[in-house]
Amino acid sequence: MADKKQYLFDNPRNVKLVLYSLYISCGILLLLDFILHRHISHSWERLLGFYSIYGFIGCVSIVFGSKWLRTLVKRDEDYYDSDELKKEKEGEHVDE
Amino acid sequence: MWMSELPAFIPFFIGAVVALLTRGHLRSFLMLAIIVLSGLQLWMLPEAGVRVELGFLEYQLVPYRVDALSRIFGYVFHIAAFVSVLYSLHVRDTIQHVSGLLYAGSAIGAVFAGDLLTLFIFWELLAVTSTFLIWAQRTERAYQAGIRYLIIQVLSGVILLAGVLIHVSRTGSLAFDFIGIGTVDGWLILIAFGIKAAFPFMHTWLTDAYPEATVTGTVFLSAFTTKTAIYMLARSYPGTELLIYVGATMACFPIFFAVIQNDLRRVLSYSLINQLGFMVCGIGIGTALAVNGAVSHAFVHIIYKSLLFMSMGAVLHMTGKIKATDLGGLYKTMPKTAILCIIGAASISAFPLFSGFVAKSMIMVAALKEGHDWIWLILLLASAGVLKHAGIQIPYFAFFAHDSGIRTTEPPKNMLIAMTIAAVLCLAIGIYPTMLYQLLPFKTDFNPYDVSHVLAQTQLLFFAVLAFVLLNLKGLYPPEVRATNIDVEWLYRRMLPRILRSGFSWIRRTDEALRGVAMSKVNNLFDYFSQLHYPGGKMSRMRPTGHMVMWVAVLLAVYMWLLLSFAN
Repeated sequence: MADKKQYLFDNPRNVKLVLYSLYISCGILLLLDFILHRHISHSWERLLGFYSIYGFIGCVSIVFGSKWLRTLVKRDEDYYDSDELKKEKEGEHVDE
Repeated sequence: MWMSELPAFIPFFIGAVVALLTRGHLRSFLMLAIIVLSGLQLWMLPEAGVRVELGFLEYQLVPYRVDALSRIFGYVFHIAAFVSVLYSLHVRDTIQHVSGLLYAGSAIGAVFAGDLLTLFIFWELLAVTSTFLIWAQRTERAYQAGIRYLIIQVLSGVILLAGVLIHVSRTGSLAFDFIGIGTVDGWLILIAFGIKAAFPFMHTWLTDAYPEATVTGTVFLSAFTTKTAIYMLARSYPGTELLIYVGATMACFPIFFAVIQNDLRRVLSYSLINQLGFMVCGIGIGTALAVNGAVSHAFVHIIYKSLLFMSMGAVLHMTGKIKATDLGGLYKTMPKTAILCIIGAASISAFPLFSGFVAKSMIMVAALKEGHDWIWLILLLASAGVLKHAGIQIPYFAFFAHDSGIRTTEPPKNMLIAMTIAAVLCLAIGIYPTMLYQLLPFKTDFNPYDVSHVLAQTQLLFFAVLAFVLLNLKGLYPPEVRATNIDVEWLYRRMLPRILRSGFSWIRRTDEALRGVAMSKVNNLFDYFSQLHYPGGKMSRMRPTGHMVMWVAVLLAVYMWLLLSFAN
C-alpha cells in the first residue's frame, strides 16, 4: 500500500527535537543535584549524580548482559515445535 | 445493608451462568452490571469487615472473610474484572466470556477465603478456569501450552493440599492466617504459593502460556493468578527473610530475558515476574511500610499491566502480528492506542505522577530503612531495567522504531474505552495517591512526593532513557531477531523427555536382552526333549521283547533273594 502521507516522526527535524529535549532535560536534572538538597539515607547517595550515573550504567550493563545471555539461550524460532506445530505453521503460510 | 453476607464470588458465578444463557448487547450489559453491583456491595460493607462461618464435620470453615488486607485485593480484582470484560465485549466467543467470569470469581473467592479448605477449592478452580482462556485461542500451539500450564497449576494445588493436610493434622485447625516457614507444612504451602507467584525456576508456566492465550484472555490472566498468590504470601508469610532474596532475584533476572524476547507479549510476561519480585521483596521485609508497599504495588500493577497487555492485544487484534520484528511505525495509524500504551509504560517505569511511582517508592524506602542496602541497590537496578524492557521496548518497537509499512486502524471502541479507564486510573492514583493509601491494610502517612524521591527517580529514569537512546543510535542495542530463547522450561520440555526417552530405551533394551536369554533357555529345553524323541533319540530307540523278559527275571530273582534272606 503506497502511503505518501507524512507522519510526525517522518520528519527528521521532529526526531531531533525529541532527542535534544531529552539531552537538555538530562543536563538540567544533573545540575539540579548541585542546587537542590536531597536528604540522604544511604552513604552512596552522597555521591553527586549517583542516581544519574547508576541509571546510565545500570541500563548499559543490562543491555550488554542481555547480549551475552542471548549467546547462551538463543535457539531457532521453531526449536520447540513438534511435527504437528510445524504442519500448522505451514498451513498458515498456505492461507496467506 | 443488603446481603452483606453474600460472598463476593457468587455474583461472578451467577454472571457466568447469565453469560452462558444470553447473547449480544444484553449479555454485555448484564456482565458489566453484575461486576459493578458486586463491587458496590463490597464498597458498602462495614469498616470492620465481614466474617461468615460454617461448621463442617468438626472443623470450622470461613468461606467469606473481608478484612483490610483482603478487601483492597477485592477492589482491584473488581476493577480488573470490569476492565477485562469491557475489553473483551467485541469477542463473539461464549467460552471466553464464561471462563473469564468464572476465573475472576475464583480469584475473588480465593482472596476472601478465611480457611485453608475453601482456599484449596478456589486455588484449583483458578487453574482450571484460566486454562480455557488459553485453549480458546484454538491453535495446536495454544493447546499444548495450555496443557503444560494446567499440569503445573494443578501440581501447585496438589502440593497445597498436601501442605494443608499436614498443617491441619499438626495444628488441628483449618484457619488461614500467618503460617511461616520452619515446618514441613509451612514449606509445602510456600512452594504451592511460590509456583503461582512465579518464583525463580517455577516461573516458566507464565512466560510459556500467557503469550499463547487469546488477545482478551491474556488481559484476564495477567491480573488474577499471580496477584492471588501475592495476597496469599502477604497473608501467611510476611517478614520471611527468604522472600527478600527470592524477590530480589525475581526483580532482576527477567529483565535480561525480556530484553532479548521478540514476542512483545512475552516481553510483558517477563516484566510481570520482575514486578512480582518487588512485591515479594516487600512481603519479605515485612514491616508495615513494606507490606503496604507490596500491596499497593500489586494494586497499581494490576491496572497498568492490564493496560499494557491490552495495548499489545489491540496491536495483535488489528495487525495479527505481535513480534517486534514484524511491527513498527504503528503510531501513524493507531495514535490513541500508542498514547495509552505510553501511559502504561510510564506507570510501570514509575515516573513521578504515574501510579507505579507511589507504590514502588514505599518498598524502596522500606528496604533502606531495614538496612537491606544491597537489596535496595538491586531493586534500583531492576527499576532501571523495568524502564528498559517495559517502558521503552514495548511502545518503541510496536509503535515507533522502523516503519513496518503496516497501515491499520484503531481497535474497536470497547477496547479503547477499557484502555482509557485503566490509563485514567494510572494517572489518578499517581497524582492523588491518598486515594490508594486510604485502602491499605496499615495506616500510613507516607508521602512519595518529596524532593529527594522525585529527583532521584527522575534522574534514574532519564539517564536510563539516555543510555537506551545512545546505544540505539550507536547500533549497540541488541537487534530484535526471530528466535526462541530457552529458559528453565527447557528442563521439562527437552531435558526431562530426553532423560525419560533414554531411560525407557535402556529399560527396553535390558528387557529385550533378558527375554532373549530366557527364550533361548526354553528353546534349548524343547530342543532337548525333541531330540529325545526324534529317530535315534534315547526315547525312540527300539528294544527287543526278550530284554523285558530278562529284566523281569532279574527283578524276580532279586526279590526272591531278599525274601529268603529276611524271612521274618
